[in-house]
Amino acid sequence: MSDDESTAKDPERPADEKPAPAKPLDPEREAKIAAARAKAAAAKAAKAEGAAPEAPKPPWEDKPVPPVPSDASDDPDVAALAERGWALAATRFAHEVTVTVPRADIVDICRFLKGERGFRFLVDLTAVDWPERAEGRFDVVYWMHRFDDSKRLRLVAVLPEGEPIASVSGVWRTANWMEREVYDMFGVVFEGHPNLERILTWEGFNGHPLRKDFPVEGVDTGAAIYPEVYPPGGGPVTAEEGSPT
Amino acid sequence: MSEVQSSLFDVEEMEVSFGPQHPSTHGVLRVQLKLDGERIMEAKPIIGYLHRGTEKLFETMAFPQCIPHTDRMDYVAAATNNQGFVVTMEKLLGLTIPPRAAYIRMILAELQRLASHLVWLATHAIDLGAITPFFYTFRERDAILDLFEEYCGARLTLNTMRIGGVPSDLPAGWVDRCARLMDEFPRHIEEYENLLTSNRIWKRRTVGVGVISAEDAVDWGLTGPPLRGSGVRWDIRKVFPYDRYDEVEFDIPIGSNGDTYDRYLVRMEEMRQSVRIVRQCLEKLPEGPVMARAPKVLRSGGGMVYGAVEAPKGELGYLIVTTEKATQPYRCHVRPPSFVNLQALPHMVTGSLVADMVAVIGTLDIVLGEIDR
Repeated sequence: MSDDESTAKDPERPADEKPAPAKPLDPEREAKIAAARAKAAAAKAAKAEGAAPEAPKPPWEDKPVPPVPSDASDDPDVAALAERGWALAATRFAHEVTVTVPRADIVDICRFLKGERGFRFLVDLTAVDWPERAEGRFDVVYWMHRFDDSKRLRLVAVLPEGEPIASVSGVWRTANWMEREVYDMFGVVFEGHPNLERILTWEGFNGHPLRKDFPVEGVDTGAAIYPEVYPPGGGPVTAEEGSPT
Repeated sequence: MSEVQSSLFDVEEMEVSFGPQHPSTHGVLRVQLKLDGERIMEAKPIIGYLHRGTEKLFETMAFPQCIPHTDRMDYVAAATNNQGFVVTMEKLLGLTIPPRAAYIRMILAELQRLASHLVWLATHAIDLGAITPFFYTFRERDAILDLFEEYCGARLTLNTMRIGGVPSDLPAGWVDRCARLMDEFPRHIEEYENLLTSNRIWKRRTVGVGVISAEDAVDWGLTGPPLRGSGVRWDIRKVFPYDRYDEVEFDIPIGSNGDTYDRYLVRMEEMRQSVRIVRQCLEKLPEGPVMARAPKVLRSGGGMVYGAVEAPKGELGYLIVTTEKATQPYRCHVRPPSFVNLQALPHMVTGSLVADMVAVIGTLDIVLGEIDR
């Protein structure tokens, strides 16, 4: 396509600068140009013709179709949870089932799902902060996998600020570090965790970085290695005159 | 004899801080060790030295702006990081990408897997005293990085995928050069294997070292080669095929003993399978556009999705939470395979020698960039 264009334009350009080097176009080139023109005309005609029947577009040229949430109470795992009164709400979104569960029974629910429903593998555990939400600030999100039929299930436990949630590190050992990360990043306390320490930030860090009210640019919490300059565990350091903050 | 020794030398407990500045910790991992002589009684990995708050940064950026930041997590496998993010975003937005884009992505991802495994092999072998493989593997890795450079201009932080496709078509002649490299690649893998697979020292250092059973591997949440090395046949590319992995043929190699040697064999075979996938993709590479007709400004309809890809190190997942009509993630959580895999380190090394821990850290193939994020 671009080749044809360049051949078509080439002969004009030298003609402006040098009037007559008497360079006749070789027939091969001329034929090529003619073919390209014919092709373009044919394409144009085809386009005009094709506009009427409106051929179905392939999905990547059409508008995207975002997933729509739907009710997931027909799911067998959700039904099993609902039977025990553990499914407060269940939605299906983008082929993923999310069940909202009561936070008080989280360990029992996870034990049940691991032991009786076969979710032996905890893929991920994290949290989401919704500071303005009335029913509780944090969503603790559990995402588990069953090998038998490659099914995944998500649990969401809603947690008000300052309230602890029971640790599931006794159910899946892999939850250990994930819960530590959530504690570090959100300040969610996991009761019964064997070693609930900060994991990505240091021990003296002040605040929980992934909370929405934590500033993106960070706070100066003071490095513990210079206690005479920065009090250990203290901060934020008050801004001195002339400093940017 | 041993009795005499034990009466001469008392049990000598000491605490050793291994890393964060230590060549065989593959970055800034620190392991606090409680040792009895040379034997590890307790190991406690301490991480976070490379924490940059990437997840917080995601919340301040429009969706496409997040992609370069994914490069910097697992920096030896940037393409698969990109892929994880864009695949999840496409799931959220309901975008279908053109087949050519999907095939280019698969080629890039498999080349990246080869490059990542080559780095792993080089560093793992050096840790255990075999220096020669390094020179061989980095020769091929360089050839792969040349291909990347030709395609997107970068060698390490590729930023090579977009929500809805890939930024550009393959340059002229790229397919042939890639095919040529793939033709000679199996011979190179044989070269590495000649150096190591039946090498007596290599086997003494790896067979029976860092054993983890299939059950424990699942309980500790291992994914990728460490899980497959323990005999669990599980690969995201097969279980939840993304892009067009359901259209190519490949096998999932598994080990049987779950030791360092098995994980080594699994990764070697994975390289062969990656070559196989790239070859098929080059053959089948469909014509057409490389970008879907996505809107200029991407707005989500809200909701929470999780998307995962099989990164060279294991399952790399992105959990993206958005609000309605948002142009940036409300929360974007990354499930890095190295973070979860590293957690099993104490389980695998307690009771073994310090030198074996070096082997185990190598075989877990961790990258601190994605552990600390």
